[in-house]
Amino acid sequence: MAIDKVWVVAESSGGAPTSLTLELLTKARSLGSVVEAVAWGGDVASTAGELGSHGASKVYDLGDLGDALPGSRVAAAIAAQIQAGNGPDLILIGTSYDGRDVAGRLSARIDRPVLTNLVDLTVEDGVPVAHHAIFGGTQTARSRFTAEGPGIFVVRAKSFAAEPAGGPAAEVAPVEVPEAGATDTARVRERHVEERTGPQLDEADVVVSGGRGLGQAEKYEMIEELAKLLKAAPGASRAIVDAGWVPYAYQVGQTGKTVKPTVYLACGISGATQHMVGMKGAKNIIAINKDQEAPILSIADLGIVGDVHKVVPKLIDALKARA
Amino acid sequence: MNVAVCVKQIPDPAAPGSLHPDTKNLVREGKLILDDSDSYGVEMALQLAEHAGGGEVTLVSMAPNEETSGLRTALAMGAARAILVSDETLAGSDALGTAKVLAAAIKRAEPDLVMAATESTDGYTGTTPAQVAELLGLPSVTFAKRIDVSEGSVRVERQTEAGYDEVECPLPALVTVTAGVVEPRYPSFKGIMAAKGKPVEQLKVTDLGLSPDQVGSAGARQEVTDVAAAEERKAGEIVVDEGDAHERIIAFLEQLKVL
Ligand SMILES: Cc1cc2nc3c(=O)[nH]c(=O)nc-3n(C[C@H](O)[C@H](O)[C@H](O)COP(=O)(O)OP(=O)(O)OC[C@H]3O[C@@H](n4cnc5c(N)ncnc54)[C@H](O)[C@@H]3O)c2cc1C
Ligand SMILES: Nc1ncnc2c1ncn2[C@@H]1O[C@H](COP(=O)(O)O)[C@@H](O)[C@H]1O
Repeated sequence: MAIDKVWVVAESSGGAPTSLTLELLTKARSLGSVVEAVAWGGDVASTAGELGSHGASKVYDLGDLGDALPGSRVAAAIAAQIQAGNGPDLILIGTSYDGRDVAGRLSARIDRPVLTNLVDLTVEDGVPVAHHAIFGGTQTARSRFTAEGPGIFVVRAKSFAAEPAGGPAAEVAPVEVPEAGATDTARVRERHVEERTGPQLDEADVVVSGGRGLGQAEKYEMIEELAKLLKAAPGASRAIVDAGWVPYAYQVGQTGKTVKPTVYLACGISGATQHMVGMKGAKNIIAINKDQEAPILSIADLGIVGDVHKVVPKLIDALKARA
Repeated sequence: MNVAVCVKQIPDPAAPGSLHPDTKNLVREGKLILDDSDSYGVEMALQLAEHAGGGEVTLVSMAPNEETSGLRTALAMGAARAILVSDETLAGSDALGTAKVLAAAIKRAEPDLVMAATESTDGYTGTTPAQVAELLGLPSVTFAKRIDVSEGSVRVERQTEAGYDEVECPLPALVTVTAGVVEPRYPSFKGIMAAKGKPVEQLKVTDLGLSPDQVGSAGARQEVTDVAAAEERKAGEIVVDEGDAHERIIAFLEQLKVL
């Protein structure tokens, strides 16, 4: 299976492609000779410039999906293109809320398997090879499809760096979205935006995360204050997200965000494999944990065996004194 | 209201996982347990059925060796019955093969609502539920952090990048829950005793009208070619706090030019 045409399912937010989309396009350029994007949302034209500069020659515009959840319709539209003989050899989809819906539904529709949780994708002897981090990132498995394509690959955020190649804006090609019947009956009635200030968790240069070691919800304020002083994004382990101390959007790890900041500061986090897989890519890791045996200390560049309630307030005071 | 809950039975995640040296499939030998991720779906299903004033919760699982330990846990929580598909030809199934089996088994329960977890603990592809929904021709809402059912429709608070969406969807539908949506109950002694007598329907692939080449490693149409140790992150300096650890952190940040 030679790879000629690669499609990227291009999600956008606020009229701009998501960083994950740009990461996928950057990778797609090195995989196939033709890179095209599939996008929706009513403002596709405004994203064509950036999609183009990152490698897409064309963007298939599914139009405004209104209140519909994208999964079913986007999968139906892509499947229709494939059935009409206009399909790609390979489809890249991001590991996102909607991305996994699209991947699952498309896979069932065209009866093709999916490879998920990719952290890299290479081509060997003309065959795309997926790389997955398994067992908490301690091992890397490589896998590939053994039957005819198109191959559907679902890739984790931050697997590739997004780099523009300077191409012209992508040509916008409107595409008909076929009726998806009962599968397309879920409707968004209201959208709620949770306020967050400071840098985005997945884009911040410094991330300060708190875990169950903080002891109680109120103590998370300490993490936010420290984050503000370091111009960092606050993050969290799943333990305290599940406990309702902070919203899910703060979660770092396998089921949360993948972060690759210059510095990751973990406060009262044990370092479960599912947490580490989301932050092991940080250039530098600092961890504060009172348990010398905590796994997080085994990957920290600077590990502090100590009490967060003592170390963090002193750190905050010292930073304030410098300001 | 009848609810079908997908429950995966998995090796204890506390034990280190391993891959079969030849097939490179996850080793699933020995006793399996209820995937923690699915305990939320079971609890949510029980609460919704109770709230609707009746109806049954049916568990649906695909597992090797006619394993029922995890199902018994969920039955002890209060589910009425279970459908278990266990068949040698299923070894090596991928998410789509699994979804074909689950969809066919779910159909037999004729549920108003199908529940699953957003992702499983051991496989975490996170695609199986959407595949099941597509195969059953159902709408789906993934990443639910709250669910209410009323008059033939389900209202879900769905997690998003920015916050959450309130999504409404007519039944029958499939909904996936994230961890923490509800607090799963501990099975009571009475529940554990009652679970022993609850029906578990055991099925084979052919009972579901599927052919063996659609499932298992034959149907997977993918293979793991090799597994290698990932680059290890070495531990750096470990400092025991003597009241001045914050100064070490500041010095480190200065060295990195973050300060
Ligand atoms: C399918 C699945 C997906 C998951 N996905 C994620 C994910 O995306 N992200 C994630 O984070 N987790 C995830 N988890 C959960 C993960 O397994 C752990 O349960 C979780 O990360 C633990 O969070 P924690 O480190 O805050 O809590 P704990 O493991 O309880 O650790 C608390 C730590 O704080 C230390 N401590 C206590 N008091 C103090 C003090 N005063 N000062 C300093 N240190 C102190 C303790 O020594 C301990 O090491 C997932 C689990 C599953 C099964
Ligand atoms: N073998 C299985 N038996 C029952 N349910 C399953 C099985 N595999 C996956 N599921 C359901 O699908 C969810 C997502 O699984 P996965 O695609 O492996 O991340 C799980 O949490 C279960 O609810």
